[in-house]
Amino acid sequence: MTELLKITNVAGGYKEENVLDGISFEVQKGELFGVLGPNGSGKTTLLKMISGVMPFEQGEIMIKGKDINKYTAKELAKSIAVLPQHSAQAFSYTVKETVSLGRYAHQRGWLQSFSPRDEEMVKTAMEQTGISSFEDHHLHELSGGERQRVFLAQALAQEPQILLLDEPTNHLDLSFQKELLDQLKQWSRERQLTVVSIFHDLNLAGLFCDRLLLLENGRINRIGTPIEVLKQERIESVFHTSIEKLAHPTVPKPQMVLLPEELPRSEKNIQINEQNLKVTGQFIKLQTPILLKTLSSGVTGSGFGWHHTFINRHVDHSYDCTDHASEMKEYLKANGFTPEETVGMMTAVNLQDAAYRFYEEDGIEAFIVVTAGTGNAVDATSSRRTSYKPTPGTINAWVFAGGLLSETAFVQSMITATEAKVKALFDLGVKDPVTATLATGTSTDSLLIAASQRGKSIQYAGPITPLGNLISKGIYECVTKSLEKYKRRYQV
Amino acid sequence: MQEQYTLTHLKNNKWLAYLLAAVFLICAMVIGISVGTVSVPISFIFRVICVEILHFPIGEEIDPMYTNIVMNIRLPRVILAGLIGASLAIAGAAFQGLLRNPLADPYTLGVSSGASVGAVVTLFFQLSLPGIGLYTLPLFSITSAFATILLVLLFARKVDRSMKVETIILTGIIFSSFLGAFISLMIALTGDELRQIIGWLLGSVSMRGWEYIKIMLPFFILGSLLLLFSARELNAMSFGEEQAQHLGVNVQKRKLLVIASASILTGAAVAVSGTIGFVGLVIPHLARLVWGPDHKHLLPLSILTGAGFLILADLVARTVISPTELPIGVITALIGAPVFAAILVRKRGGRR
Repeated sequence: MTELLKITNVAGGYKEENVLDGISFEVQKGELFGVLGPNGSGKTTLLKMISGVMPFEQGEIMIKGKDINKYTAKELAKSIAVLPQHSAQAFSYTVKETVSLGRYAHQRGWLQSFSPRDEEMVKTAMEQTGISSFEDHHLHELSGGERQRVFLAQALAQEPQILLLDEPTNHLDLSFQKELLDQLKQWSRERQLTVVSIFHDLNLAGLFCDRLLLLENGRINRIGTPIEVLKQERIESVFHTSIEKLAHPTVPKPQMVLLPEELPRSEKNIQINEQNLKVTGQFIKLQTPILLKTLSSGVTGSGFGWHHTFINRHVDHSYDCTDHASEMKEYLKANGFTPEETVGMMTAVNLQDAAYRFYEEDGIEAFIVVTAGTGNAVDATSSRRTSYKPTPGTINAWVFAGGLLSETAFVQSMITATEAKVKALFDLGVKDPVTATLATGTSTDSLLIAASQRGKSIQYAGPITPLGNLISKGIYECVTKSLEKYKRRYQV
Repeated sequence: MQEQYTLTHLKNNKWLAYLLAAVFLICAMVIGISVGTVSVPISFIFRVICVEILHFPIGEEIDPMYTNIVMNIRLPRVILAGLIGASLAIAGAAFQGLLRNPLADPYTLGVSSGASVGAVVTLFFQLSLPGIGLYTLPLFSITSAFATILLVLLFARKVDRSMKVETIILTGIIFSSFLGAFISLMIALTGDELRQIIGWLLGSVSMRGWEYIKIMLPFFILGSLLLLFSARELNAMSFGEEQAQHLGVNVQKRKLLVIASASILTGAAVAVSGTIGFVGLVIPHLARLVWGPDHKHLLPLSILTGAGFLILADLVARTVISPTELPIGVITALIGAPVFAAILVRKRGGRR
């Protein structure tokens, strides 16, 4: 039997009414188990029942296979330690005195002397929590985060198999939150410490916990893995708020973001056209009064993001590409742009050859900007690796769409724009100079889809949708126009 | 800076702390026995003690007047003052730790009001039970003290089954006020016994003799031992009752034990000497400021310093406008409050 903690049909609470009802679950050894729920859903009450400080009306709580009511206070303290949310600090004990109290349950006899093992455990607990260096300091001299660690050390000195925490990350700054949870995770893995913790922050809980328990009005709404529990509709109905679920960028766990009540969706759409564009010898610049949602492969601002400045910068074809990302940031800063709010691209082609045009059809708008050169034209289907030639050549395309685009529409816009580009290259007969087959693009093409996220909602942008239509037509025309200028300039 | 260092040094060196406190107590005792209307030279004190208590023949005659003064008047008085000071100080330290309030004192829960009612009733009605005569007052007083604390606890339990300390404090205040009104009523109605009642209420250790020490001693030993064995639990409980429970303390049981022990000490002290204020508040507070809050050391150090302090206070009370004696409660407040204030200012000042 590996379940350390087994709760069966527990109900109870304060005098008037049951805060909790019909609670049953099990926690396995070495598990990091999160308890979630809105205020007043009974999280703290549940934790108090498990820690033995609050009696319950019915059901049973088994700890290591033994009824919690059959434990003495000392025995229970050897199995379960609690990191409290608040702790009374009437008197100023030193750090070491406070941690030493964790050994209370392990000491015997009237004199309760401190054995070498007690001393060792206190030392270990202080080392593990990184508080050894201030063991003689007084509690009131410490910061909130340090004090939290002192009480964590006290709990560890109890040598518990189960650690209960009530919103442990409360009052902690970002780095301490992560540090504490990383530490708990490590202990649960390495020492099979079982951790049961209340969380307010759904995202933190989802990131660190193996399983989650979602409480709603004193009853279990759902127990399961973070992916099972943190479903958008479930969270919205339990917490009575609207949220949006996202993927974590690096960890396969769900993340939730709140949606503020007043979204700019209903506001009037703004039009982006030639008036926002400025072409100099150095760069093509487009700036918008609001942040646009973007999906791009730019040097800065790649992936999904929100940006209001768009730079297509001219570089010499001998440009050193070793650390182009940070060089680009420096360049943007030097020219008075904020790299975080800028999608930046580079090209070696002459910026005077840029082609741009504003399209509108059936209330759908798109503004397309393209710079194109085919010096590095490549047939993507050719299996041979092609080498660079010192001729300028990159196709950078920007699509500014009016309307509120879904993520599907963003990705479909990318596909549609790429298809239109390939078609333009075909029709112009651009060839991969190495394989002598028709080229599909160049080796360093970049693409940006940006949308105001205001006005009309656009779900799809495939080639037969109104937006897709505008994009394919616009990209085809602009790529063709720009390449014609390029051909004239270089006489190819 | 230097002072901060000294304080830290004192906190870390427990043996030095005990040595200092013990020297303080012994000095207070010797001075207390020596000084008075008739001055007893210190060398005589030791000789008398050698002969009379240790029965150690030193082969020379001592003036019987000195023997009489030391053995029948000063020594019992000093010991009784010491026992009362020690009892109030350790009870105060325990209450402060249990109630997590450095401003709590042994009288917070109404024990003193209970004892006072018993004593004032005895004086008011001129009661004298056959067989015990003079000891009617301490007996009545101690009984009513225990009855009061029992009622306080029963009432608190009725209000809140888990008996949170906040509930107990409130119940104590209710009972104190109620019994205080009774005492005031009797003072208002009394005639001839007014001076006697007021005198008792302000506290005194004069003319009690060895008999009162015999009444006091068993309660002192029992109460102090129980508290000394609860030192670690008091440490845990000063972080909050739930936290103490998490650490493995049987809070319900231990809380009652501490309240009972501290009340035994307080009730007995009040019964034999009246309500002497300030010792139970200031001495533990002072000891905590100097030596830290760990009850393992705080409780014994409070005993030593509390005893020494009350002996000195009694000395001042009987010598300052000799031959008239002042009530000792007035002296404890007159000395204690300014000393306390000074220490508080210096301590807080140094922290900023």
